[in-house]
Amino acid sequence: MKWKNLFKVAFKSLLKARLRSLLTTLGIIIGVSAVIIMVAIGEGAQREIEKQINSLGSNLIVIFPGASRTGGVSRGAGSFNRFTMDDVKKIEEESLLIKAISPIIRSGGQVIGGGTNWNTAIYGVSPSYLEIRDWELEYGEIFTERDERARSKVCVLGSEVAKNLFPNQNPVGEMVRIVNTPFKVIGVLKEKGQTAMGASNDDLILAPASTVLYRLSGGRYIHFIYASAASIERIAEAQEELRQIMREAHRLNPGDDDDFTIRNQTEITEAASESSEVMTMLLGAVAAVSLIVGGIGIMNIMLVSVTERTREIGIRLSIGARGSDILIQFLLEAIVLSLLGGLLGILISIGTIYALNEYSTLAAELNLFVVAIAFVFSGFVGIFFGFYPARKASALNPIDALRYE
Amino acid sequence: MKKVIETIQLTKTFFLGDVKVHALRGINLTIYEGEFVAIMGSSGSGKSTLMNLLGCLDQPTSGEYYLNGVITSKMTKNEYANIRNQNIGFVFQGFNLLPRTSALENVELPLLYDRHGRVKNPIQQAKDALKKVGLADRMDHEPNQLSGGQQQRVAIARALVNSPSLILADEPTGNLDSVTSVDVFSLFQELNDNGITIVIVTHEREFAKYARRIVEVKDGLILDDYEVKNRLNAKEDMARLKHDESVVVVEEKS
Ligand SMILES: Nc1ncnc2c1ncn2[C@@H]1O[C@H](COP(=O)(O)OP(=O)(O)O)[C@@H](O)[C@H]1O
Ligand SMILES: [Mg+2]
Repeated sequence: MKWKNLFKVAFKSLLKARLRSLLTTLGIIIGVSAVIIMVAIGEGAQREIEKQINSLGSNLIVIFPGASRTGGVSRGAGSFNRFTMDDVKKIEEESLLIKAISPIIRSGGQVIGGGTNWNTAIYGVSPSYLEIRDWELEYGEIFTERDERARSKVCVLGSEVAKNLFPNQNPVGEMVRIVNTPFKVIGVLKEKGQTAMGASNDDLILAPASTVLYRLSGGRYIHFIYASAASIERIAEAQEELRQIMREAHRLNPGDDDDFTIRNQTEITEAASESSEVMTMLLGAVAAVSLIVGGIGIMNIMLVSVTERTREIGIRLSIGARGSDILIQFLLEAIVLSLLGGLLGILISIGTIYALNEYSTLAAELNLFVVAIAFVFSGFVGIFFGFYPARKASALNPIDALRYE
Repeated sequence: MKKVIETIQLTKTFFLGDVKVHALRGINLTIYEGEFVAIMGSSGSGKSTLMNLLGCLDQPTSGEYYLNGVITSKMTKNEYANIRNQNIGFVFQGFNLLPRTSALENVELPLLYDRHGRVKNPIQQAKDALKKVGLADRMDHEPNQLSGGQQQRVAIARALVNSPSLILADEPTGNLDSVTSVDVFSLFQELNDNGITIVIVTHEREFAKYARRIVEVKDGLILDDYEVKNRLNAKEDMARLKHDESVVVVEEKS
């Protein structure tokens, strides 16, 4: 039989049982779209995380209190030395490979200004913080070393805070009360946009570290130290130098473990994207299982269909169809069904990914390679699960098939 | 004259578990080109089994079957399929049309399985076959939209479409009323008059008289084989039946 005719016969059979064809292929539709959408969401999240971490600035080195957590056991708070301004000063004085450094003191609370109030995070940082983070000012200026020394009550507003307290106006020169302490606004940060990790880089206030430390948080401790390496090539050396300075500052004996952790930007990116890669693979694997289940569904229906259509097979054989014609017809039906399912699944997933990006906060990234794999795989599902029923149909004896009731 | 069918000691035994059913026990039958043979016999005598062997739908247990002078017993399954497709048109008692498929597509079906490249325009060829059986105006109808007689005509058109040398029909009028049956026989007579060899199974003696020769089968053996004397003409019978019908109608009116 000519291929053209084989396709004709297979298509006609499928069209004759439209509803059944659609239901049969539903498993494949769901499987294929699940694989594509899951991987897209996983990769979207991965990309988002990478973007955010990259936005930290590539020379960035972060020092966290406490030993590295890779050992699995993290010691309870208080069992490690927290950072003080002395640590920061010592690094500033001794380091050769660091071009900028800033402590970070996190605080938060209610801010009143412009006749309204807003709850936000307040960060105590040094004037070089903007350089380290690669942030820019929309209005005004950042505080100076003098403000730092004088514990001046001045602050720089994040764009979101500015928008909420002083809509449609330049707040520079205005006064705000941060947890009942009056501060003068001297600058406003440029908008940096929403982040998927939750914390906004726009909904915050920056103030001199000493001011926050002594006037707001009332403590001695700082939470992190951010530093910027003088050059990206010597970032490892800079890390090592920082480590030695910190060990000295914390008076650790040669055998002692570090009571702090130093990470550079690349390491943070790698760790984060590694874990989201695992998530993507898991999502994809779960979805792939549903694709296989879809294939079993096709086999199921094809087997029923062979039994149901035994008479039809007998008729075809009696007028001169060969066993191979019947085999190919059933195989083609299975392949056409699953490829059609694959195609519909791809269309649905593209639509879903578009909708997710447009109307939800989830970022989904269409991976064309996965689309191709899913399509080819759905074809294989058709061949694999269609073969057994097709073989069964083709092995029938014409007279037995005709006699079948 | 050319032998279309020649069987030598053809037997067929079915095995039902331990039970052997000897459906055919040595059939010697020769049929020449242009013949119109009616096979008769009571139910269970082996008529269908014989027809299935002649139609290459089934293989004999022993014996030889020459079709157009070619021995079939050593053929492969695919060669069997080719013979069914090219040389034989088979008409069944139950029509065996594909459901939800138009008359035209049903008739076209054997042409789709043609692998000799003989078919240039399958649709036209199928239309011609349907015209021959008088169904030019029913091509788009599906089987369930046709009467029994019309369905059998579609089946005959399907048997004809590949211009086979032999048409085999196993009780083709078994499911039809007598008027329709005569109509179908008139079609077979017409085809036979055009040179096609026809073998037909029937258990109605009066229908057998439309054939030229009668073969009587009993218990898997040929009991009798003779020429039909006073052969009937189905077309004339048809005309008379129509006339009788109208007479009945006229009588009812008066
Ligand atoms: N597939 C089969 N399996 C077992 N026995 C069969 C089969 N086909 C026919 N027979 C038996 O063979 C005998 C002849 O059957 P068949 O040729 O159908 O008779 P007919 O067509 O003359 O009525 C019967 O006894 C029938 O029961
Ligand atoms: Mg019978």
